[in-house]
Amino acid sequence: MSAARVVIVDDHGIFRAGVRSELGDLVEVVGEAATVDEAVQCIGELAPDVVLLDVHMPDGGGVEVIRRVTEGPSDVRFLALSVSDAAEDVIAVIRAGARGYVTKTISGPDLADAVERVRSGDAVFSPRLAGFVLDAFSGQAIPPESDPELDQLTAREREVLQHIARGYMYKEVAQRLDISAKTVEAHVSAVLRKLQLSSRHELSRWAIQRRLVEPE
Amino acid sequence: MGIEASTAAPTLRPRIRRDPERGLIAGVCSGTAQRAGIDPIIVRLAFVAATIAIGIGPIVYGLAWLFIPTADGGTIAGRLRGGRGSVEVAAGAGLLVLSALLLFRALGWWYSDAVTWPTVTAGVGGALIWRQWMSVPAGVAPADPGDRDDPGRGALPFLEGRMLGTVGLGVALVLGAALVFLWANGALNAAGDAVLAVVVVVVALGLILAPLWWRLGRSLAAERAERIRSQERAEVAAHLHDSVLQTLALVQRRADEPREVAGLARRQERELRAWLLDRPPARAGQSLAGALDTVAAEVESAHGGTVEVVTVGDCPLDPGAEAVLGAAREAIVNAAKFAGENGPIDVFADVSPQRIEIFVRDRGPGFDPGAVPADRRGVRESIVGRMERHGGRASVSSAGGSGTEVELTLARSES
Repeated sequence: MSAARVVIVDDHGIFRAGVRSELGDLVEVVGEAATVDEAVQCIGELAPDVVLLDVHMPDGGGVEVIRRVTEGPSDVRFLALSVSDAAEDVIAVIRAGARGYVTKTISGPDLADAVERVRSGDAVFSPRLAGFVLDAFSGQAIPPESDPELDQLTAREREVLQHIARGYMYKEVAQRLDISAKTVEAHVSAVLRKLQLSSRHELSRWAIQRRLVEPE
Repeated sequence: MGIEASTAAPTLRPRIRRDPERGLIAGVCSGTAQRAGIDPIIVRLAFVAATIAIGIGPIVYGLAWLFIPTADGGTIAGRLRGGRGSVEVAAGAGLLVLSALLLFRALGWWYSDAVTWPTVTAGVGGALIWRQWMSVPAGVAPADPGDRDDPGRGALPFLEGRMLGTVGLGVALVLGAALVFLWANGALNAAGDAVLAVVVVVVALGLILAPLWWRLGRSLAAERAERIRSQERAEVAAHLHDSVLQTLALVQRRADEPREVAGLARRQERELRAWLLDRPPARAGQSLAGALDTVAAEVESAHGGTVEVVTVGDCPLDPGAEAVLGAAREAIVNAAKFAGENGPIDVFADVSPQRIEIFVRDRGPGFDPGAVPADRRGVRESIVGRMERHGGRASVSSAGGSGTEVELTLARSES
């Protein structure tokens, strides 16, 4: 398979250049964009496999880019790449349709690996995202109209996420839980789907509560 | 008549205090007498005399009751205004006064329609104006909880739309009352043309000045917003100068020491992140998650490497949590010392009402537990020992090549 065609969307030129050089020959960076408008146009023209998307940008950020690109027919996949620590921003991008979230401190080879994974339709969870998701799905009262299929994590999914939060790669998780790497990927994709579709948590509300309500 | 002059405009003489303790009704007369330094009986007699003579004594008394503060400084009007149903109260009071007036009129205790009605109307208008004046002392922000304290506010209180409306209504009432009074007493017939001219000029001036006034108000608001913005900007600039710019300068000076530079960048990143997320540093001393972040930052700056902390849930730093935290710190320091160069150290804390679990994972070469150097074993003892003393558990797993993971578990008893 040829190298993935990637567009980098970030409003910081220095950062785009940094990512480009880190990725080196591992993927083919076909374009860069600094604003939402540029990104939408660039993605429309180049039809990349994967878009590396900054969460925080003027005029709506990554969420707006995803919304506008997916208005039309498009099989572009998005991977959020951000320094943002704020759970609500990250969850918002995931719910908009990004296939994963990695922090900007990720190494070049790991990032290329994540791009490849997203390109093939899998979900990419960094330890931090796994932590956010566990937090979001834990300890809340389940609303009466909830769909248990969507609004709860299975024990296995929880276990997988916990291992990811602990810093294990998918392969290592599979080894430790004695399941195949494909199964780990299936679990993670299922969690992503729940995250995007679940009605359980008005996740933005969860995130806001999380910031406003300080622990006792 | 002198009494009425002093009671009808009570707010001009704020030092008059109503004295309900010693008064017969509400203490208006005794308060006035105290102020004037005479016997209350004289005031009361004068009041009764005034009532018989021109009939509006009770109204004056009522107004005085409303507006003269008691010794503790509160007025009935102020109390009414403060309440939620103040509109209803005001309407009720108005109706009561009106019915009293009509009663007096029917009983024949009446001076003249032409004098009384304009007086009452003017009184109401005057009260509205006074209320606005008095509720916004110059230079003091109004006690409106919706508005942030801004020193610029209240300098020109009349420019606020709501107040403008109230004051305008008051002015209209007073002016209307004056006109009606003049008209009813025939004064307008003589001076009709002159009055008309004055009215026309006033209206014209109003039309000319209104937009100006409006714009002045708008530009003041804009200026205020601009001032707030620039204050904010100055604050951000000051912060960036003290933190980020200093660090960047340091980074340039030490460009040939990559470890040092990475550490500096990392520390600055944490600091900036905490500032951006508005996470007060005080939190570090109160909760396990905050304390873990602090520990991670300390270890990073002392030993280099990166420590990624992910927490789910949180709890206060009780003795149990302190113990887990202490053990976690040992584990993180260990990982940084022996495996800090092999990749990031992942710290995952999972806090539920039942238990605290912390995982510290490095990507070092791993080790054979049988061939542990003495000093490392010592540290490990202190981790395991500490957890066991608090009824918890610690286990260390290490598979050659894939790093070491320390797992700390403590059941939470109190919740």
